[in-house]
Amino acid sequence: MATHFLGDTAVLLGRSLRHITRSVDTIITTTITPIAMMLLFVYVFGGAIDTGSVSYVNYMLPGILLITIASGIAYTALRLFLDMKGGIFERFQSMPIARSSVLWAHVLTSLVANVISLVVVVGVALLMGFRSGAGVSAWLAVAGILILFTLALTWIAVIPGLTAKSVDGAGAFSYPLIFLPFISSAFVPTDTMPGPVRAFADNQPVTSIVNTIRALFTRQPIGTDIWTALAWCAGILIVAYIFANISYRRRIS
Amino acid sequence: MTLRQPSMLAVMSIPPTTNQAQGPAIHVQGLEKSYKDLRVLRGVDFDVARGGIFALLGSNGAGKTTVVKILSTLLKADAGTAGVNGFDVATQAADVRESISLTGQFAAVDEILSGRENLVLVARLRHLKDPGAIADDLLERFSLTEAGARRVATYSGGMRRRLDIAMSLIGNPPVIFLDEPTTGLDPQARIEVWQAVKELADRGTTVLLTTQYLDEAEQLADRIAILHQGRIIVNGTLAELKQLLPPAKVEYVEKQPTLEDVFLTLVGAGGKNGDAYKGSQDHKTRSNKK
Repeated sequence: MATHFLGDTAVLLGRSLRHITRSVDTIITTTITPIAMMLLFVYVFGGAIDTGSVSYVNYMLPGILLITIASGIAYTALRLFLDMKGGIFERFQSMPIARSSVLWAHVLTSLVANVISLVVVVGVALLMGFRSGAGVSAWLAVAGILILFTLALTWIAVIPGLTAKSVDGAGAFSYPLIFLPFISSAFVPTDTMPGPVRAFADNQPVTSIVNTIRALFTRQPIGTDIWTALAWCAGILIVAYIFANISYRRRIS
Repeated sequence: MTLRQPSMLAVMSIPPTTNQAQGPAIHVQGLEKSYKDLRVLRGVDFDVARGGIFALLGSNGAGKTTVVKILSTLLKADAGTAGVNGFDVATQAADVRESISLTGQFAAVDEILSGRENLVLVARLRHLKDPGAIADDLLERFSLTEAGARRVATYSGGMRRRLDIAMSLIGNPPVIFLDEPTTGLDPQARIEVWQAVKELADRGTTVLLTTQYLDEAEQLADRIAILHQGRIIVNGTLAELKQLLPPAKVEYVEKQPTLEDVFLTLVGAGGKNGDAYKGSQDHKTRSNKK
């Protein structure tokens, strides 16, 4: 079976990617919310937010990128749910293919779709005046963190995709994830927040990830944030992967 | 099971229709399955000989789908054994999957892909050479050539089902499960599906069909088993089943056309008139009408 894993995953990945290229609206809906937020924050709220020497669009882009990913992965749950519901999932499971390919194809599709969305959002940010002096290695580090974050959230998305009872249920889990950057350092410095809120904001995953990406973009020293960020991403990834596979095994046995 | 190695090689190298030719195509013994407190299967036993169509008949919720899911390795039984094509569904699941195709209750087709792409997808996943040619051949066989490039979302229920069945034929698996293949179809589409199933059996494939329509079993099946309250209560040919009741009395009754006869005669436009209602050659007529 292992010999077929790569080939089967590639075939199924090709299938899901066609879903994306044929319903470009999913990319548009994924990017429209973060872009609208970006416009709102930069041109409406941003003037009143003191971010020191960093221009506001530069300050908030990392948070917007995380929101883009959080709204993008909802489609992974949705596509998986529709496969389960439509019967094609059962067809795949009753065929002589590597069974884990079915999940991996969806996960890799999520990665590709999110990369496209992120490129679109960064493009709009550039038009709005985002500038970074980051070198190639810093950009690669940003890309690496975003990919890791996407994978972690995608494996979370697999769980409702496999277990949801309705389309709404399959997508609903992403709302708290989209909301999480608002209670972090993504849009305002956390030191203006009241004690308990600040404590939450400082210690939740988004803050360390946002701070790391921001430091990479603005060529500031990264400090220990990057290790906290990587630990969060890896931790979420591993836990979500395990739970997703437990749900998967329940569905197929 | 000492023969496992050679038989696996046979699956890989020889067209699947020829391997494991001895013994019944499907062997089910003492199968039990419960969903929490609900005992759906309470010891199901039956064998299906190679070739021909075997109908599993039962009302809604009788457990037909559960049987099919266990046989197609989608569900594990609580007790009992089940073998398909000589392989045990629990311990040799991979070999079972090499030997079968499942056409589930809902047409398992990808709506966003075209009909041809659906067929190519399955051919690729079965690791066959020249998936394009296989797809074109099946489109032709199921009168879907014209619709082949269109997205499946635009297909009618009957076309979808035909595509679904065509996808199940890829790789010539020796055993095919059809779980309520005509539920929700209009009479016209139903006849198209029946035709496809008959052609399948003519080619030597073993077909296990579940249905809640008595006339469907009567039309198609060589043998019929009735699943009721978790057990098989009868199993035999149609003639044998009929003998269970008192012999037929001769009565003179005025022959009224059924509503189905009327519907099909009126709807079957032009040259298709009457043809469709006998259930013959329907989709071929359509393909000639370019």
